[in-house]
Amino acid sequence: MIKYLMKRIAFSIPVLFIIALISFILMYTVPGGPFDKEKKLPPEIKANIEAKYHLDKPIYKQFAIYIYNLVLGDMGPSYKYLGRSVKDILKDTFPVSLQLGLLAFIIPLFIGIPLGIIAAVYRNTFIDKISMFSAVLGITIPHFVLGALLILIFAHSLKIFPPALWEGWSNMILPAITLGIGPTAYIARLTRASILEVLHKDFVKTAFAKGLPYSKIILKHVLKNALTPIISVMGPILAGLVAGSFVVEYIFSIPGMGRYFITAVTDRDYPLIMATTMVYAVLIVIANIVVDVLYKVVDPRVRLE
Amino acid sequence: MSKENQKLKFKNQNLRIRPLALLSVIVIALLILSAISAPLIAPFSYDAQDTANILKTPDSTHIMGTDKLGRDIFSRILYGSQISLSVGIIATLVAMIIGVLYGAISGYKGGAIDNYMMRIVDIIYALPDIMVIILITIIIGRGFLGIVLAISIVNWVGIARLMRGEVLKIKEQLFVESAKAVGAGHWRIILRHILPNTLGPLIVTMTFRIPAAILSESTLSFIGLGLAPPFSSWGVLANDGWAALRFYPHLLIFPAIIIFITVLSFNILGDELKEAMDPQLRKGIRIINGA
Repeated sequence: MIKYLMKRIAFSIPVLFIIALISFILMYTVPGGPFDKEKKLPPEIKANIEAKYHLDKPIYKQFAIYIYNLVLGDMGPSYKYLGRSVKDILKDTFPVSLQLGLLAFIIPLFIGIPLGIIAAVYRNTFIDKISMFSAVLGITIPHFVLGALLILIFAHSLKIFPPALWEGWSNMILPAITLGIGPTAYIARLTRASILEVLHKDFVKTAFAKGLPYSKIILKHVLKNALTPIISVMGPILAGLVAGSFVVEYIFSIPGMGRYFITAVTDRDYPLIMATTMVYAVLIVIANIVVDVLYKVVDPRVRLE
Repeated sequence: MSKENQKLKFKNQNLRIRPLALLSVIVIALLILSAISAPLIAPFSYDAQDTANILKTPDSTHIMGTDKLGRDIFSRILYGSQISLSVGIIATLVAMIIGVLYGAISGYKGGAIDNYMMRIVDIIYALPDIMVIILITIIIGRGFLGIVLAISIVNWVGIARLMRGEVLKIKEQLFVESAKAVGAGHWRIILRHILPNTLGPLIVTMTFRIPAAILSESTLSFIGLGLAPPFSSWGVLANDGWAALRFYPHLLIFPAIIIFITVLSFNILGDELKEAMDPQLRKGIRIINGA
């Protein structure tokens, strides 16, 4: 197990390196630098600033400096928010995105899975059809449509929840629902399909033959075996929720990493863009490793190699 | 046989016209038709300003109301569908061409080449789509072409993966072997023998990719990193409406409904096609992998 973990972590380092390299080259080739303002700076001052941020050096040197600092835990200064380092910004914004992602993750876990079970148990009935149709709706509704709708109904009309910002629990409900509804629908569908597949296995037939009660068969025999494909998507879903909240953070004015990523793009704040990209990449790599290990825990037949 | 076991038997649903599939085809056809004939059926031009009727809620002249410059929302949505639909369709076609070729080569060659080619795919696949699209549009610009290209660059990897898997399955089959035996070249085998056999899954993926591409464009435009005026894609309209959500919700609601209906119809069609083409899934016993 530990050997496997080490191997996976060792393998992910070149992957992350390549992602860093690609995004660095992408940033470098972008026309227009961070200090190209509407008001032209005097050439001496501009040269000074560029020297300070190593922008005057050749690209491979810039990249080497960046990687060296990154390994030491220094992600560079922000070009836009003067006096603040990228690390400070991430320290403030990442927990917000993480909190939002985790909160949104609760919904598929506690609504998606039960919904899928119910649909599978009552398959081909009205209940099944309704829940599967709402799952299709949930998967397809765009974040900004749902978010705007929720704000209109619950914030502007009913005034139950605030429409924006990130100050307390009441601020978190609408964004979490907006973010979580897609995965919830997806998980519900997956759970249903997975359960139906297991229901056809021989050991389930045996359980029926033994005369065990239906609920017990579903909960003890079927669910346990149906969980594997669900767990395999849970990791990427969580990573996706934490990393994929750009639009939701934009809609609800949440000071998270996604919102900063969007503004960093418009501001050409290279270090901040790079850092957010790397944080996302690391998150996804970790999520995938965790999933593979969880596989082993859930299903002892799986061999890690 | 117990009652429970009987529940496991599924109806044979062969050769049945699926009402949902039919409905979604009709909706999609209507959308495409109205996009093509927008200049004919739109009551106003997309930039005609009715200064006497600014920010009007829907009435008989302006059935979806007007925006802050007095432009007719319904007409703008009609013209916008030209942009939104063509972004979706062109981006998907480009992604299909790249993905199919890449996946076919990777799966057909196998070995180390396959391994390297798939690692590249894994890396692009790992990052959130919308983020990669944003990063690419920074470089190639946010024009129509830039957006289309960026969406294609993100979307081809999923298609390449699917294609590779299909090729791996098919290339071991006897008819490929016999084609090799009679001396068919690699390209002939790929194009004439393997490709036609992958059409089913490819068409299904395409029906899912088109709405995804439409959604990517409208999301980008909505957060202000996509197309910008004078383009009036649905996303741009939604972005316009977002600013005035509180007092003039109709500005956002109508574009939002159209985007939702479009994406929904394509997705339902995709689901129905997937079911129709896969006898196992038709029985409802196959795991849905990746919508």
